[in-house]
Amino acid sequence: MPYGPHTDADRERMLATIGVATVDELFADIPVAVREGGLALGPGEPEQLLMPALERLSARNDVGRVSFLGAGAYRHHIPAAVDEIIRRGEFMTAYTPYQPEVSQGTLQTIYEYQSLIAELTTMDVVSASHYDGASAAAEAALMMLRATRRERILVSEGVHPNVREVIATYFADRFALETVAVGEDGATDLTALQRALTDGDPVAGVMLANPNFFGILEPMADAASRAHEAGALFTAVVEPTSLMLLAPPGEVGADIATAEGQPLGMPLQFGGPYLGILAATQTLARQIPGRLVGSARDAEGRPCYVMTMRAREQDIRREKAASNICTNQALCALAATVYVSTVGPEGLRNVAAQGAERARELEAALATTGVLRTHTGPYLNEFAVDVPDAARVHADLLRRGFVAGLQLGPAIDDERFRDSLLLCTTEMTTSDDVTTFAAAVAATLAEVAA
Amino acid sequence: MTREGELEPTIFDLSERGRGGENVAPAGSDVLTAIPAGYRRRRPAALPELSEPQVVRHFTRLSQLNYSIDTGFYPLGSCTMKYNPKLNEHAARLPGFARLHPFAPEQAAQGTLQMLHELEQILCEISGFHAATLQPAAGAHGELTAMLMIRAYHRDRGDEGRTEVIVPDSAHGTNPATASMVGFTTITIPSAEDGSVDLAALRGALGPRTAAVMLTNPSTYGLFERAIVELLAATHAAGALAYMDGANLNAIMGRFKPGQAGFDAMHFNLHKTFSTPHGGGGPGAGPVAVGERLAPYLPTPRVLAEAAGYRFERPGERPTAIGRMSGFHGNAGILLRAYAYIRTHGGPGLQEVTDDAVLAANYLKARLGHAFDIPFDRPCMHEFVASAASIKRESGIRALDIAKALLDHGFHPPTIYFPLSVEEGMLIEPTETESIETIDAFADALLAIAAESHEDPDVVKRAPVTTPVRRIDETEAARKPQLRWQPELTNSKG
Repeated sequence: MPYGPHTDADRERMLATIGVATVDELFADIPVAVREGGLALGPGEPEQLLMPALERLSARNDVGRVSFLGAGAYRHHIPAAVDEIIRRGEFMTAYTPYQPEVSQGTLQTIYEYQSLIAELTTMDVVSASHYDGASAAAEAALMMLRATRRERILVSEGVHPNVREVIATYFADRFALETVAVGEDGATDLTALQRALTDGDPVAGVMLANPNFFGILEPMADAASRAHEAGALFTAVVEPTSLMLLAPPGEVGADIATAEGQPLGMPLQFGGPYLGILAATQTLARQIPGRLVGSARDAEGRPCYVMTMRAREQDIRREKAASNICTNQALCALAATVYVSTVGPEGLRNVAAQGAERARELEAALATTGVLRTHTGPYLNEFAVDVPDAARVHADLLRRGFVAGLQLGPAIDDERFRDSLLLCTTEMTTSDDVTTFAAAVAATLAEVAA
Repeated sequence: MTREGELEPTIFDLSERGRGGENVAPAGSDVLTAIPAGYRRRRPAALPELSEPQVVRHFTRLSQLNYSIDTGFYPLGSCTMKYNPKLNEHAARLPGFARLHPFAPEQAAQGTLQMLHELEQILCEISGFHAATLQPAAGAHGELTAMLMIRAYHRDRGDEGRTEVIVPDSAHGTNPATASMVGFTTITIPSAEDGSVDLAALRGALGPRTAAVMLTNPSTYGLFERAIVELLAATHAAGALAYMDGANLNAIMGRFKPGQAGFDAMHFNLHKTFSTPHGGGGPGAGPVAVGERLAPYLPTPRVLAEAAGYRFERPGERPTAIGRMSGFHGNAGILLRAYAYIRTHGGPGLQEVTDDAVLAANYLKARLGHAFDIPFDRPCMHEFVASAASIKRESGIRALDIAKALLDHGFHPPTIYFPLSVEEGMLIEPTETESIETIDAFADALLAIAAESHEDPDVVKRAPVTTPVRRIDETEAARKPQLRWQPELTNSKG
């Protein structure tokens, strides 16, 4: 066995101490009728052979193209220090800090994570993390139902379609989940929101994303105050790097904030592991699901940290728990903490600003080829454009070495956006990428028109 | 130092205005002009400002306050804290895997899609099931996925009166919490004297309202359910489905296949059985495998293998699906590590993992002799329950004290006070990657603590004394929770 330490003599000694002749005897409790005799899997592969095999498999993925993909997962620079820290065995191979005396490293980093995210989002209480942005949003929706004892949630069409789908899966038709459309400008239609808030059953909560799925900036403060007037709560779904520039959830009056934390130091890795950020106001602190770390004192009065407010959790409250969540994404939360600490406020602001700058260069360059934005509203670093025959244009640009963002039509199964491409830039996009892409778009369009 | 006695200042206390941030290039223009005034942030975020060397030193020092598998024995029952191979970390960081966008065109993602498809098939072979989803991000997330599928199954059949889930009292807390999240009512049944699920109690609780029975096998006592055939038959006879909590899969690979035996669904904890690092509490992965009855309800999108290559299901392609459980495709980076682990071992290697894990647990149990109560004295699987009930009666020393004393011996304690139904219980899981020398040293430490509990209980009650901090007042911390750093909490810099 690859990582097993036992010699044959060790095994013999163990069997003798136990008082059995063979290991098989230890499995005597398994009824004969359901006893199995092995696994139909191949032999083990030694590291020497497996490593190159995995390298070949990795090479079957093509990550060499210039990409304008965003849509909820973003390519950012990750300082080398981040991976060096999270790879330390002391962090990576520890478990949930059940024994705080020997877990102060994990506990303090979670406390620092909670503090950093509280500062970034301007919220009071931050959970020690959730699986990803989508599950954090689903937990936020459930929190709004619990806190108001109402059974109806309004979610903007501008919330990522995958996130909306996860919420719907969690709800499983037990609660009403209604979508509020976005208008021509790409922002949530506030008139439609008002109508939904006024008509029908009382609304527990409203959820908007900023920037939204289409990259458009939303009237968050306005939507939040309308929700509050109707006695509903408001959840802001945000993108963490944008918060250095855009009004954070606390400033717009949100009761809950959620985010996909991946942009804070996690590689794309095909969608996970990422980081579910969930934060709330003090009023909702005891409704928040998941682990929380607080500062404490030990028997000698020494300052330290410990998991706290545990009475909300599944291992104590069982069927009455706030959620079934057990683990968090501690190592991803650590990555975010090291990332934010390493780039600092200036660096984080520059990350957001460079992305926004490249996006404006991209908009201008594409306009010269006749490709215009789908929506009219303000954006930060992501926007949709209309092209003739998006499927063909996307495929042709792929051959030319570019991933022309996300084809909206097939991705969200919506005919209205059949010929829209959602494009994103970050600090990793160079001005040269923008220029060469625009030239390739011009060439592709000429071919499509011909 | 900003707080008297602090082990390491917070990252905020180390901050000084104007430090750091040079690792990101400056933006060329004032981008704020592009953002309408009402949409801008008003109060700047007071994030810490440090040089990179300061950051690295801070987190390295913090790491040294942790206990971990890489530094010592971690026999935390129910958590399978085995060695986490370095090869798997290497694999996850290969650029083709690490840099792949979740919306990458399928033709550019064939390597990962192949890995996902093969992993699904491998998990089905190990568990004896028909199909699997890799989306759930953790065991509890897998439980939720399965319960949603079971609910959809009954509703599809018009069997909407099934609103109860039966759970033994020894179950993980996630089981009843999951049932509640899906709107089911939990019916808890007591264990029998020998630690098994009480078949008569189960029969009594089963009925037309039962949607599912959630069983952990081997149980959280580390015992294989000897009446598993009868338990499954009774469940199905009542029209309910049987769910297996797969937390203890490390005990049965190659020896028992839940799907073959008749379970309808189970979750895996890849961070337990398949050695992906626990990361201080996550990320993990909790795939769910199912039999044919539940396969139509698996979350969407699944990976399909076709002549032209691998692809995802299209939206709406399988309308019976419960929907999506993950923002993208689950924790692909974790799935990859488990895939590498499984390939390293192969079929024979995985069975050896199981055999050695069970051998180690029985050996450790035998080494403890009569120093502790062993509530269920028959061969255990990969873990076993010991109890300090007699020690407590005789000396006042509790399982908690023993756990803290173990810290002074350089060991991470077992899981304590779980399962809840065992008085002063300690759930001990040595795993297959620990040498006999380590297991012996741990047994010796437990025996020494048991002896000391009788001879000098005050020493045990004072433990730990060698750890970075002493015992912590958790009640006080919870009474006035302080959940974030605030400037007024610290004295001014000295």
